[in-house]
Amino acid sequence: MLEKITVKDLKFYYGANLALKGINIPLYANKVTAFIGPSGCGKSTLLRVLNRMYDLYPGQHAEGQILFDGRNILEPGEDLNLLRSRIGMVFQKPTPFPMTIYDNIAFGLKLYENLSKSELDGRVEDALKRAALWTEVKDKLGANGLSLSGGQQQRLCIARTVAIKPEVILFDEPCSALDPISTAKIEELIDELKHEYTIAIVTHNMQQAARVSEHTAFMYLGELVEFDETSKIFTSPRDQRTQDYITGRFG
Amino acid sequence: MPSYSARQRKSTIVMALCLMATLIGVVWLFLILFSLLINGLPGLSLATFTEMTPPPGSHAGGLLNAIYGSVVMTIFGVGIGAPIGVLAGTYLAEYGRHSKVTPVIRFINDILLSAPSIIIGLFIYGAVVVPMRSFSAVAGSIALAVIVIPVVVRTTEDMLLLVPNTLREAASALGLPRSYVIRKVTYRAARAGLITGILLAVARVGGETAPLLFTVLSNQFWSANLLKPMANLPVTINNFINNPDANWKHLAWTGALLITVAVLSLNISARFFGASKDGQ
Repeated sequence: MLEKITVKDLKFYYGANLALKGINIPLYANKVTAFIGPSGCGKSTLLRVLNRMYDLYPGQHAEGQILFDGRNILEPGEDLNLLRSRIGMVFQKPTPFPMTIYDNIAFGLKLYENLSKSELDGRVEDALKRAALWTEVKDKLGANGLSLSGGQQQRLCIARTVAIKPEVILFDEPCSALDPISTAKIEELIDELKHEYTIAIVTHNMQQAARVSEHTAFMYLGELVEFDETSKIFTSPRDQRTQDYITGRFG
Repeated sequence: MPSYSARQRKSTIVMALCLMATLIGVVWLFLILFSLLINGLPGLSLATFTEMTPPPGSHAGGLLNAIYGSVVMTIFGVGIGAPIGVLAGTYLAEYGRHSKVTPVIRFINDILLSAPSIIIGLFIYGAVVVPMRSFSAVAGSIALAVIVIPVVVRTTEDMLLLVPNTLREAASALGLPRSYVIRKVTYRAARAGLITGILLAVARVGGETAPLLFTVLSNQFWSANLLKPMANLPVTINNFINNPDANWKHLAWTGALLITVAVLSLNISARFFGASKDGQ
């Protein structure tokens, strides 16, 4: 299997506080990798290192290597805007921009590519279709993105991410603010998206990890305890802590 | 432990005192509005808006030159001050949020915000009027701009800080450059608040007298020359009300009424903008 991203001996600091204690993990191309673990174990932090989101804040820094197509993205000269356009991210809370549904998707595109009106229309429609939102919004593209329901807003955010054609999509607990029906839709969507994208998903819901992912990583207190095929993690984990966690004994 | 009825009595007394304090506070506003209407309304006519300020002893005349001057200088003052204020506020809330100089700048801005406006007038007198060797509308506009800046800096920073970080992160996660995120997402999310801040700044300088006294002086006649003294409502009111001439006194009241109505409606529309923020 092709490793799209390889994390090598990654340490991450919030100020002086060591939050990731030397992580080694691959993200395989066109597969879904799930990150599970109790709150504060560093799984969201790891995700935020992968697209260097932490660079927005002072006092946070990473050591080690993250090879993205073989190139270390932790190098100082890395073009962060280009990197983030290649590694998209969907957040816990839906965050539509305060503008129309159409503009939510089009405005990022307009910056990157010089598209005609009809090409732009096509890309917006394509993105909404990929996010399984097109039939619900095709008659109200001019409506404010904030007027959609929570589940629709989250799919709008996915559409927005997909529109700029990233190679990797990071999902940070994308369903934790959604009802079960919306959650099911997002999971189906992730299953579709993996044909074209490499996907990493952080989730508190172990059934979700079992349903959507091929590989699962169990993290605990800033360490990667176990990484394996999802079926193995959930049926025959090697580490006692993993077993305790997935059987609900803590966390 | 006092009995229930004793506590009830105490509560009633305190509530009555609070209500009285509120009424005492509010009653002045209504007395001011009332006397403005009584004294200013009779002089209000079409001539107020079509004729120039009259010489002493005449019975006609209006406030056209003063209204024009006030509008022009307010526009220039806010036109200069608001962009600077918005940019500075943006620096404090966005680029400089974690910088060590930001609290210092914020503190200095707050001092400027509460500086007596007559001091600003005197400063501009020394900095602009003396070197130019003339009172001028330009100097007046700059003085007003200096008053506008701290107001807009403060409101801009406050409004941008209200925009949740998740929105900035979401925009940055698309790979959008910082300036683009601020212009297209953050400003848009804070738009109502930013407009409210600027409207409040307009209301603030619309009635300022002190900074204009030493900078633009006033002018008995029509003048559209920005490099010369220009008539304006606050100084005209100040000059006319201190004069025994009855016609001048009437015009001063009318001018005061006009300013008050303008400031009041600006404040109300600012409220309106601010309130519509959540429902946009």
